[in-house]
Amino acid sequence: MVTSTGMISMEITDPATRTREAPKASAGAVGPKLRVSGLNFYYGKKQALFDVDLDVPANRITGLIGPSGCGKSTFLRTLNRMYETVQHGRAEGRLELDGENLMELDAISVRRRVGMVFQKSNPFPKSIFDNVAFGLRVNGLARRGTLHEAVERSLRRAALWDEVKDLLHASAYKLSGGQQQRLCIARALAVDPEVLLLDEPCSALDPIATAKIEELLFDLKKQCTVVLVTHNMQQAARVADVTGFFLLGRLIEFNTTEVIFKTPARRETEDYITGRFG
Amino acid sequence: MRHFDEELEELKSKLLEMSGLVESAISTSVTALTSLDRQLCERVFEYEDRINIMEIEIDDMATRLLALQQPMASDLRFLTSAIKINNDLERMGDLAVKIAKRALDLMDLPPVKPLVDIPEMARLAESMLHKCLDSFVRRDSALAREVLVSDDGVDDTRVEIFRVLIRAMQAEPANIPQYVDLMSVARSLERIADHATNIAEDVLFLTEGIDVRHHAETRKS
Repeated sequence: MVTSTGMISMEITDPATRTREAPKASAGAVGPKLRVSGLNFYYGKKQALFDVDLDVPANRITGLIGPSGCGKSTFLRTLNRMYETVQHGRAEGRLELDGENLMELDAISVRRRVGMVFQKSNPFPKSIFDNVAFGLRVNGLARRGTLHEAVERSLRRAALWDEVKDLLHASAYKLSGGQQQRLCIARALAVDPEVLLLDEPCSALDPIATAKIEELLFDLKKQCTVVLVTHNMQQAARVADVTGFFLLGRLIEFNTTEVIFKTPARRETEDYITGRFG
Repeated sequence: MRHFDEELEELKSKLLEMSGLVESAISTSVTALTSLDRQLCERVFEYEDRINIMEIEIDDMATRLLALQQPMASDLRFLTSAIKINNDLERMGDLAVKIAKRALDLMDLPPVKPLVDIPEMARLAESMLHKCLDSFVRRDSALAREVLVSDDGVDDTRVEIFRVLIRAMQAEPANIPQYVDLMSVARSLERIADHATNIAEDVLFLTEGIDVRHHAETRKS
């Protein structure tokens, strides 16, 4: 399952399934949604990522774990070229989205195809409706008549519709933390991204709000590919199909979540997930 | 050392204490049988009481650690193995009691000549138990694999014992009750060896993360 370059290829059998399949090497395997090869990343002179190779399987949840400062969030930000907004940020290597060189695509279109949700929910100072409609309007994606339908569909996909349907024109700030985070997910989903990147989306949420977002992720992977950075290993174990462990800017181990949490191959992974690290 | 490591060590000590009781129960039951000693049978029943109490304590502790520590990787494998080993040890204790009860039966019946290969079979089963627990303590895969191989020897001995006992029954129908008791003892020793095999399989899962039960690895590949 792990190739000589350390990559994993996945044979996708049923994208809608909630069960986790082991990755299988196969000549006829469906290609990865995102392919990262030989990725190095620098903040000025400081190197933050070292020669990362990783295939993100389509319609699966890929979990990224590792201690603070290990590079997992930096890695996530390379996947939609968000790093370009960081001064002195520089990436080397190859990033492919559906086989296309992601570096050569238009950055705006990349970010429309690869959406992102951050650790701290960041709704715009607008109504709930306008938050979700924002991306559609900016991109000219919604005709006037269908805008309401698109907003409702996104809020339903983010499992928020029933809670907000009667206050669509209230300020987004009226919502609870968990609801605001789901609103941000709805906003990201409104433009129908092919990949959704989530950076610690539940770190500030209570267990009930966390459970709602995790259930939402299971549903989302039917339609898009999810990459989730989390400090919460139980969360990675619960929701991710495949998991990568980062340490000091290197991808130490990448395998099915079951293997990573039950029988990891690398000592560093074992030490980190059993809390013996350090 | 993490606090959790100390708790895992404590759990391991409890399992070893319980396995010591089980070893004593089995060897005492076989001696009770060969020497037809009523007092030794009583001692087996006492061992079983203590084994049962320890089974509950170990289960409680392992479940508590699963719930509170949410272990991963080798810690998770250790706890799931401990729960299964605990169960196998308790069953072995029950089988020692079964042997002691057959010994009591035999004391009330006219003596029959040979105990055939039962002491030899008991020695094999006890050695398997000892080795599998050693392999657990030392996390020694090679020793666990030795136990898996030994099980075939015990099974062969049981088949041979049954053959001899059936012949004896045909020759001495009046003594059939005694020979049925001896068959039951041979069956119990075979089951003890099977439980030792289960423990060796758990040790391989603990040390190498592989599942060798029912040729699981072969089936997966």
